[in-house]
Amino acid sequence: MSAPIIKIDGISKSFGTFKVLDGLSMQVMPREKLALIGPSGSGKTTILRILMTLERIDSGHIQIDGEQLYHMERNGQLLPADERHLARMRQKIGMVFQLFNLFPHKSVIDNVTLAPILTKGIPRAAAEKRAMELLDMVGMADKAKAMPAQLSGGQKQRVAIARALALQPRIMLFDEVTSALDPELVEEVLNVLWRLCSETDMTMLLVTHEMGFAHDFADRVLFFDRGKIVEEGKPDEIFRNPKQERTQGFLKKIIAAGHRV
Amino acid sequence: MTQWSGYFGLIMQGALVTIELTLMGSVLALIMAFLAGLGRLSRFFAIRALATAYIEFFRGTSIFVQLFWAYFVLPFIGISLTPLQAGVLALGLNVGAYAAEVVRGAIQSIGREQYEACTALNLGRWQGMRHVILPQALLVMLPTFGNNAIELLKATAVVSLISLADLTFQAQVVRSQTGNTLVPFTTILIIYFVLALIISWGVRSLERRMARGLDGVRV
Repeated sequence: MSAPIIKIDGISKSFGTFKVLDGLSMQVMPREKLALIGPSGSGKTTILRILMTLERIDSGHIQIDGEQLYHMERNGQLLPADERHLARMRQKIGMVFQLFNLFPHKSVIDNVTLAPILTKGIPRAAAEKRAMELLDMVGMADKAKAMPAQLSGGQKQRVAIARALALQPRIMLFDEVTSALDPELVEEVLNVLWRLCSETDMTMLLVTHEMGFAHDFADRVLFFDRGKIVEEGKPDEIFRNPKQERTQGFLKKIIAAGHRV
Repeated sequence: MTQWSGYFGLIMQGALVTIELTLMGSVLALIMAFLAGLGRLSRFFAIRALATAYIEFFRGTSIFVQLFWAYFVLPFIGISLTPLQAGVLALGLNVGAYAAEVVRGAIQSIGREQYEACTALNLGRWQGMRHVILPQALLVMLPTFGNNAIELLKATAVVSLISLADLTFQAQVVRSQTGNTLVPFTTILIIYFVLALIISWGVRSLERRMARGLDGVRV
């Protein structure tokens, strides 16, 4: 058995007096597809944001690929990570946001090539060639010259996925990537996730309310509530036969709201 | 009637000086605006403090006094400036202080999600600022920059007090030589107005060009 690519060890995080994560520990294996589900405010999005270094942890440790994320080892001592260490660690991780966060002043292809050109020093021509391959994979090659404002939400999200992939991360974080989309646009984004799932060996963490998709997509489902993992297991166990009362209650509510399981 | 054409020539010379002052003052103001505006957002306390001190001081004291200080007081510490240099310095520093707050406000108006996208794409602080935040913030700054430039144009009139032969100075020359007040002052009133209109139009067309594509209509 290989080593976990993500190792979270007793992390806590508060916003003011609200404790979002409370001594949380979890591990993710390489190539694993994880679905994080739970009510809003349960801390699942915060975990992705912490892994992307968008939020700092109050206590605990995180290892990515055997290296400390928020700490640096210097002469056997653990020091808080500096910006250079964080930048090096971020290379392993990519993130797609609920609201796409495209750069509105840049064309589709420039959105995708900006970071590879700036952070990896890839020549523009090579970066554009690679960007076109990625845009082709997400079905957006014909819109390469368009501006984000000309795209639908689903199209924007597919561009955002291509943009994150352009940096070739080993871990991809998807934060409710279909929640802001009109129902008829959800599928085109999920289809792209399917392709990534079957055609790449990236580790993927997916925060979602699409329970049907989570069931089919994930190797393992984690149910969060109040900053803790209440229950975890294979999709079939969690969705068909949840053991915890809180999981049962949550799934009941979700199904009542019209989501397919 | 022939004498008027000569006097009109004087006023046009003054207009050139006013335009020169406005252009040079605006360049200095723009530089100061970005230095101090970005400085106020710095991670380092000393830079933030320096930027804030500059902004508060130059907003909080009169442009007249600043100009007199640059022209009459600086020579005492060994810095002698020509009237033009003193004028550009005072105008640029004064308007730059106002525009610095425009720069800061515009940068802060860009949504947090844009900064987060920069972090997620591993752009450095300056890379994100240069390629993502500033291009969007510039569009927010432009209309107010237009205001600042017009304020600067109008403030150039104060340099006539240190005997720089700008529009206002020349109008006073014409008045003292002809005894006529109506004609010279009405003429420069119109010239100031036309110059301000040109700035307005220029800024607006720049704005249109920069906004292209952002609304999803034009590409």
